[in-house]
Amino acid sequence: MARIVMDGLSKVYPGGVKAVTGIDLDIADGEMIVLVGPSGCGKSTLLRMVAGLETITEGTLSIGDRVVNTLEPAQRDIAMVFQNYALYPHMTVYGNLAYGLKNQGLPKDEIDRRVQEAAAMLQIAPFLDRKPRALSGGQRQRVAMGRALVREPSAFLFDEPLSNLDAKLRVQMRVEIRQLQRRLGTTSLYVTHDQLEALTLADRLVVLNGGMIEQVGTPMEVFNRPATVFVAGFIGSPAMNMLDADWLRARGGMPEGLPGGTTLVGVRPDDLRMEPVEGPSLTLTGQVALLEPAGAESHVYVALDDIAEPLTLRVPGLPTVLEGAAITLHAPLAALHPFDKASGRRLS
Amino acid sequence: MVENDRWGNLLAHLILILGVAVVVFPVYVAIIASTHEGGTFLRGVMPLLPGGHGWENYSTVISEGRSNAGTPPIGGMLWNSFVMAMMIAVGKIAISLLSAFAIVYFRFRFRLFFFWVIFLTLMLPVEVRIVPTFEVVASLGMLNTYAGLSIPLIASATATFLFRQFFMTVPEEMLEAARVDGAGPMKFFKDILVPLSVTNIAAMFVIMFIYGWNQYLWPLLITTDDSYYTIVMGIQRMVTGADSEPLWHLVMATVVMAALPPILVILFMQRLFVKGLTETEK
Repeated sequence: MARIVMDGLSKVYPGGVKAVTGIDLDIADGEMIVLVGPSGCGKSTLLRMVAGLETITEGTLSIGDRVVNTLEPAQRDIAMVFQNYALYPHMTVYGNLAYGLKNQGLPKDEIDRRVQEAAAMLQIAPFLDRKPRALSGGQRQRVAMGRALVREPSAFLFDEPLSNLDAKLRVQMRVEIRQLQRRLGTTSLYVTHDQLEALTLADRLVVLNGGMIEQVGTPMEVFNRPATVFVAGFIGSPAMNMLDADWLRARGGMPEGLPGGTTLVGVRPDDLRMEPVEGPSLTLTGQVALLEPAGAESHVYVALDDIAEPLTLRVPGLPTVLEGAAITLHAPLAALHPFDKASGRRLS
Repeated sequence: MVENDRWGNLLAHLILILGVAVVVFPVYVAIIASTHEGGTFLRGVMPLLPGGHGWENYSTVISEGRSNAGTPPIGGMLWNSFVMAMMIAVGKIAISLLSAFAIVYFRFRFRLFFFWVIFLTLMLPVEVRIVPTFEVVASLGMLNTYAGLSIPLIASATATFLFRQFFMTVPEEMLEAARVDGAGPMKFFKDILVPLSVTNIAAMFVIMFIYGWNQYLWPLLITTDDSYYTIVMGIQRMVTGADSEPLWHLVMATVVMAALPPILVILFMQRLFVKGLTETEK
């Protein structure tokens, strides 16, 4: 149980590459923070800095009111779950769980108690004397979690722990991780590039890009009011449509009521309607370029004049339009996201 | 899989049987020859069926050797060969494991330089550096010692390379997981790296044991005391007896005895050995 405070954390690699720059983050005790971002955004580096596997170039990191900048991973009172699990292949499941505790010099009966407890919690008790090789992917994942659990650490660090599992198992483990974290109330830091995982797991979401924080907030805050163009495009699938304000004005589709200085207007594919809406609204006309039925919903790509990127529209069920047909789209003012193109920041 | 073709099968078997015959026949001749009496070979015709003097010949080489030609009983020579081969195999593995560990896991200055220095030793087997090596060993007073027999042969890079290649296939997360679990470098080495390398170690052990056992030139050079003779050089001494015809029956009995220990080592370690050459456990 601990609060984690990052104060101006930076990481510069010997070659001069800046992986992480000036991260300020205050993680409350028991909170589940998800770091999300595209490949190379520095999210894993940041996690590894917290773990002590990467040195900290600048700034201070404290876990539970103790500055841990120069401490070895084992002394930081954290536990980590690795992407490829990193189980010791020559040890049994029991050995894997007990190894860290043995190194701490805990008495045998205490080790046994903790291992049995974790095994019961994760339902891996029947496999305790098997080698990792004889386990399925999901079971290995549980063992990796168990290894973190037995340490009873003040913080869990997860480095894309579910990315090696198949889709079904991933959903199941996601739910289990969430339940487990809630039950134990242990501060957790979770890295993923999967935005669905990020949105469902997080108490608070940290969106990273280019080694810097783009936005921190609850999943709904981040989804409903993305702070930057990057966040708007990264969170939500299909991605938010971005329209140039000048282009809209020239075509008379720009609604009144958007903040002054708006140069970019974002609208989510779900917020576009084929029927007119009341009040001030965005109105666009185009041609249906492609239909993409995806089961419960369909994606409609609409080509607009002299804009290369088609607009995406999400409709429930099967689409009621045909490819090649002319289409008029509307979106209420409240569903529009005004941005400043130059800074990429949200206005209002 | 290749299709089952009768003639192809037959041809394949024929070639394989021929190959086996070429390899096995000399061994067969040696075993047969060791069961005849000395005079048989002077007639110029090699017998191909066992004779009746096997027991006698083997007990001669084991208990007497060929004392008048300066060859001791082979028991002592077998022991010397065994000690030398063990020291070379164990020494090489111990040093190689540690040096590969250093090269793969530690970032020290001139790491690459040292790696290439180790690599260079591959190009300098004992035979090439035999004169300076002899000088060094002689100056250190290691002639006629087990240390002199084995240490110059321990320094070589083959095993270091093998372990380096293997260590590089061990995922980095393994090290990181161990660090989070509170294992320092040597603990990681002892608890995780070495157990993971067991099959490789076994394969290396077999190869190095045989390499050590088969050393001929080096022991011949540095041993003058017959209590340090090794079996392979002993065979040679037996052939070149001072003033009599070569006693082929005794030589062959010695040869067969000399071939036994490596075979035993392979038999005992076969399972691990094959595993080490064909798969990595991960």
